[in-house]
Amino acid sequence: MQPNSIIVTVVGVGIIIFIYWFFLMKKEKAVTAGDVVDIVVDGGYSPSVISIAQGKITTLQFTRKDPSSCLEEVLIPEFKIRKFLPLNQTVSIELKPEKAGEYEFVCGMNMFHGKLIVK
Amino acid sequence: MPESKKTFSIKGMHCASCVVLLERALKQVSGISQANVNLATEKATVVYDPQIVSDVHLKEAVAGAGYQAMLGQDTATVDEEQLEKQKELRDLKIKVIVSLVLGGLILWGSFPGLAKTAPIFLQNFLVQLLLALPVQFWAGFGFYRAAISSLKHRSANMDTLVAMGTTVAFGYSTFVTLMPAVVQRAGIEAMPYFDVSTIIIGLILLGRYFEARAKAGTSEAIKKLIGLQAKTARVVRNGQETDIPLGQVMIGDIIRVRPGEKIPVDGVIIEGESSVDESMVTGESIPTDKAKGDNVVGATINKTGTFTFTAAKVGEQTMLAQIIKLVQEAQGSKAPIQRIADLISSYFVPIVIMLAVATFVLWYNFGPVDQGILLAILNTVAVLIIACPCAMGLATPTAIMVGTGKGAEHGILIKDAASLETAHKINTIVFDKTGTLTVGKPEVTDIISVNNLKSEELLRLAASIEKGSEHSLAEAIVKKAEGEKLTPSKVEGFQAIAGHGVEGNIDGKKIYFGNRRLMEREKIVIGSEQNNQIIKLENDGKTVMALAADGVLVGLIAVADVVKDTAKDGLAALKALGIESVMITGDNERTASAIAVKLGISRVLAEVLPDQKEAEVKKIQAEGKVVAMVGDGINDAPALAAADVGIAMGSGTDVAIEAADITLINKDLRSVAAAIVLSKKTMRTIKMNLFWAFAYNIILIPVAMGALYPLFHILLNPIFASVAMASSSVSVVSNSLLLKRKKII
Repeated sequence: MQPNSIIVTVVGVGIIIFIYWFFLMKKEKAVTAGDVVDIVVDGGYSPSVISIAQGKITTLQFTRKDPSSCLEEVLIPEFKIRKFLPLNQTVSIELKPEKAGEYEFVCGMNMFHGKLIVK
Repeated sequence: MPESKKTFSIKGMHCASCVVLLERALKQVSGISQANVNLATEKATVVYDPQIVSDVHLKEAVAGAGYQAMLGQDTATVDEEQLEKQKELRDLKIKVIVSLVLGGLILWGSFPGLAKTAPIFLQNFLVQLLLALPVQFWAGFGFYRAAISSLKHRSANMDTLVAMGTTVAFGYSTFVTLMPAVVQRAGIEAMPYFDVSTIIIGLILLGRYFEARAKAGTSEAIKKLIGLQAKTARVVRNGQETDIPLGQVMIGDIIRVRPGEKIPVDGVIIEGESSVDESMVTGESIPTDKAKGDNVVGATINKTGTFTFTAAKVGEQTMLAQIIKLVQEAQGSKAPIQRIADLISSYFVPIVIMLAVATFVLWYNFGPVDQGILLAILNTVAVLIIACPCAMGLATPTAIMVGTGKGAEHGILIKDAASLETAHKINTIVFDKTGTLTVGKPEVTDIISVNNLKSEELLRLAASIEKGSEHSLAEAIVKKAEGEKLTPSKVEGFQAIAGHGVEGNIDGKKIYFGNRRLMEREKIVIGSEQNNQIIKLENDGKTVMALAADGVLVGLIAVADVVKDTAKDGLAALKALGIESVMITGDNERTASAIAVKLGISRVLAEVLPDQKEAEVKKIQAEGKVVAMVGDGINDAPALAAADVGIAMGSGTDVAIEAADITLINKDLRSVAAAIVLSKKTMRTIKMNLFWAFAYNIILIPVAMGALYPLFHILLNPIFASVAMASSSVSVVSNSLLLKRKKII
């Protein structure tokens, strides 16, 4: 093997490992919500892991700042919610989770994910 | 009544004192227990009793303080959504045209063979770079923006792939153009690929344009339903008629509707009569005659007469609003079949990026010596461009949206995607008889007296004792007696015996009135003549009740219910689908069988007490069948909930049938088969979509990597990759839209 081939191979493998670590091994800390949580939608959801109280009304306020059409809708399937998020406007979604557990919220094409942890 | 919470925007706020003023004004409204106003967000949040407080009250309170409340967000969102979509489409169109024109010019100037016919300046690499720049960074800006912001979240999507792929092609080409000597020294021809980067951007944006247009079609049903709403109502207040906006109509308002007008809200007619076309809301095709005391449904059209009615339900309580809510909820839910696509799409993009890097390394190391790096770059770009996670993400939800919307148009309301999915597996349907297969309004057909008792006296006794009963048969007897102007006697010691009949004392005589089981229980002898009469009546599908006074049989009364017009066709349609129909009823075996024979039902569960229906459904499930239960949703709630799919026949304006998975608001029995056909067709579309989306990626990603090269010397040009990618998500959405054209009834 030529030296440049070795370099390309080593760098390539390094990049693959980095991509695996960067995208697939991320761990997010849950943010504990009060009655109202502001969620900024910009290349994802921040915060994306939110801990909310069981049996209480929590308002999720989504503000979309990302013009990508991928994020134009937010879905919370377990709560049967599909909402259009107009750009730069806040859309409020009220939830009253009756059961503890983890519930996903995702974009309309299921590429971006967030999680609600009900305790 | 639980309290509700609502947040709405307020216009006109400018200082902290506004907050105090508004909070005070809102708290003064009776029924509002909490009011918080936020100056930064210009929003008010109120906790209130929805029975007392309506949007009108909130608006008035805010207006009274000198501000404007922006309520009715949902309809506003739809408008906004449309405006935003239109703008997006316009922008996309311009970008597509610019990119493809510039890309076309570059292609003309650089494509082997074609380039000779192009003007000299187009063949100049620097000119090509200048033409490619606006495409890469203006038209393609959206890809970069989305890619960078998602990288901040350590996530990646479609845009990340496009941004990476086109950047690699553009970056390499720029390098070759500005420093050709470096590349030539490595033994490679200094040839840029600006055509690749520009045309890919143009084609992917074109794909997005078509996709956005097609996607708008998937939510059309909801827009149509919202569009059904009347804008104004002609309210009679203080003897004067005024047109007011729909949002200001309050419960109890008296509203006049003229021929050809839309009925604004739900209510009860107090004067006048007319025929009303309810097809747009309930899917029922024949106009219904309405007179004083009848219910009218908002958004339906008054055909012939003028009438006034009292508003009984307004705003979110109306039938239309509930239908919209139900459909919206169904469209927001997730079908279980989607799980696998979900799992894969969350790993998809990072895996594709890893595969792209691997492609580069493999081609660099093992590709043809003279053009290893070139093919490495082009194939890496092809892998990044061809991968299409969007098709996987769109496969299920778009079909569910079209399917549930189509159902609503036919008066079939589906509670969630999971119910729609289960419905296609149904192989047995249990029908409740009374009120579901039959009209539910039984009439007295035969009065047979025994022992010389006058038939009027027999009817009078039966009506007297049945007056206290809530059974539907009792109603028929009481009505018949009223029709003949008979005066009932006073009953003492009335008692209903579930599944048997009733007992009580009339004029000092102990009376038992009920079915054969009751007579047997009370050891009352039925003579052979009467026995034959009972058998004959029951064979005609009539329900026979016997009346005994002081231990002796004195007469028989037969009652029959009319079978619904649509029952026969509905059951035949199910048979054609290979689905077994079962009839469940509290009636005796013979009556039930007689009706079953008329309808072509082979399996009958007769003499089932109301609380046993659930157990019967479970018994059939235990046979390994997937069971749907069709009932009226009131008495059958436990059985509806126990079945795999509970189907309720909606009655009147009551669509909020909790226990049911599917509600047929058109009350048409043919819709049972239609709902199953809809489910089958939707599932077929979803499976086709998923197959297409998976097969596409599984086959074409390896091809883009060069899997066919060793044997056939076939490589995928990145431009073709972009054509395939752009068309794959469009075809998934278009396939879902095809569901609209499928016949279900």
